[in-house]
Amino acid sequence: MTVDESKLDSIIDKHDVEEGSLIPILQDIQTEYSYLPKEALEHVSQRLNIPMVQIFGVATFFKAFSLKPKGKNQIHVCMGTACHVRGAKNVLENLERELGIKAGDTTDDGEYTLETVNCVGACALGPVVVNNEKHHGQMTPIKVESLLSTKPV
Amino acid sequence: MSENTERPRGEMVTFSLNGSYVQADPKWSLLEAMQFYGLNIPTLCHDEGLTPYGTCRLCVVEIGKGDRSKLVASCMHPVREGLEVRSHSSRVMKTRKMIMELLVARCPSSKKLQDMASMMELKEVRFEPANDDCILCGLCVRMCEEQMAAKAIGFAGRGTDRYITTPFDMTSDECRKCGACMYICPVCELRCQGPQAETTLCSGCINTEPVCAEKYDDATCFMVPCLSCVKGPMDVK
Repeated sequence: MTVDESKLDSIIDKHDVEEGSLIPILQDIQTEYSYLPKEALEHVSQRLNIPMVQIFGVATFFKAFSLKPKGKNQIHVCMGTACHVRGAKNVLENLERELGIKAGDTTDDGEYTLETVNCVGACALGPVVVNNEKHHGQMTPIKVESLLSTKPV
Repeated sequence: MSENTERPRGEMVTFSLNGSYVQADPKWSLLEAMQFYGLNIPTLCHDEGLTPYGTCRLCVVEIGKGDRSKLVASCMHPVREGLEVRSHSSRVMKTRKMIMELLVARCPSSKKLQDMASMMELKEVRFEPANDDCILCGLCVRMCEEQMAAKAIGFAGRGTDRYITTPFDMTSDECRKCGACMYICPVCELRCQGPQAETTLCSGCINTEPVCAEKYDDATCFMVPCLSCVKGPMDVK
């Protein structure tokens, strides 16, 4: 993937060009590209005068940042205590089987990214699956399949 | 030295160190003050040329009195007027031994850790040895940044997955391969038996010094080697 430097510059110029703006800038890049391209980080490193290793440390520290491209549809399976006792593991296993990937991976066609999260704050609805920021409560391994067939935008 | 370079007495702070009142520069950390007064405080992540980091926790001391006393890392704690510091109380020694035990369990192949464990008379390691090669003390990271001005290596990841690496885990252009990180690393040096030692704890040099008189709650004997109360060879295990 080639990174457009002028686009990056417009993202960076929205913030103060200083060390403290690193995280907001990375967040905007993450929204733009759905991941943090290496070339983009190098450009940020030069513009903000922050060592590359520090940016890499921040990018690997926060789960909100990803260094690998993510799929168009992001599926988060809640593995919190309440969801866990109500069978979130089975839901996740069925999703993994249906998509043919493990949790944390993206399908080869770039359609789906499957991830586990620890609590989405809707324990009464457990097990919860969040598909593109839309919450689906009381999921079962069967219901999950219909979630995949009705593709959102 | 001329009188001008001498600091006026009023600028010093007075605090209690193991029961005796001592004076120190307010810019010092507790560790620096204790080292100035000749106390031998074990440290791993501290180096005079680098900013203190406070990760190894071996330099813990007890401050405050009675029930309100707490343990702080002395390398990060500034000296303050009226502070009550105990550097070798039984609580401190117990904590230091526990930290040492955890460190040795993590990297049993390090000679420096083994030697420090011997100095602390650590007798057993109750944890599963992890046989890791890093204690995340951050010495190499600070060395690279502050003394070598390269900023080639740093921490990545978080929590139990934290590790030291170059950006994107690839050979870094910033790295000049000066080797300062290896020079300062406390766990790079292999212990005498080599990497394939059978026991977690070396014990090779342990108890070669006769164990001195009992330790009291606040005080301990600082004579190394012991000169005042040497016991017979039969007391040496």
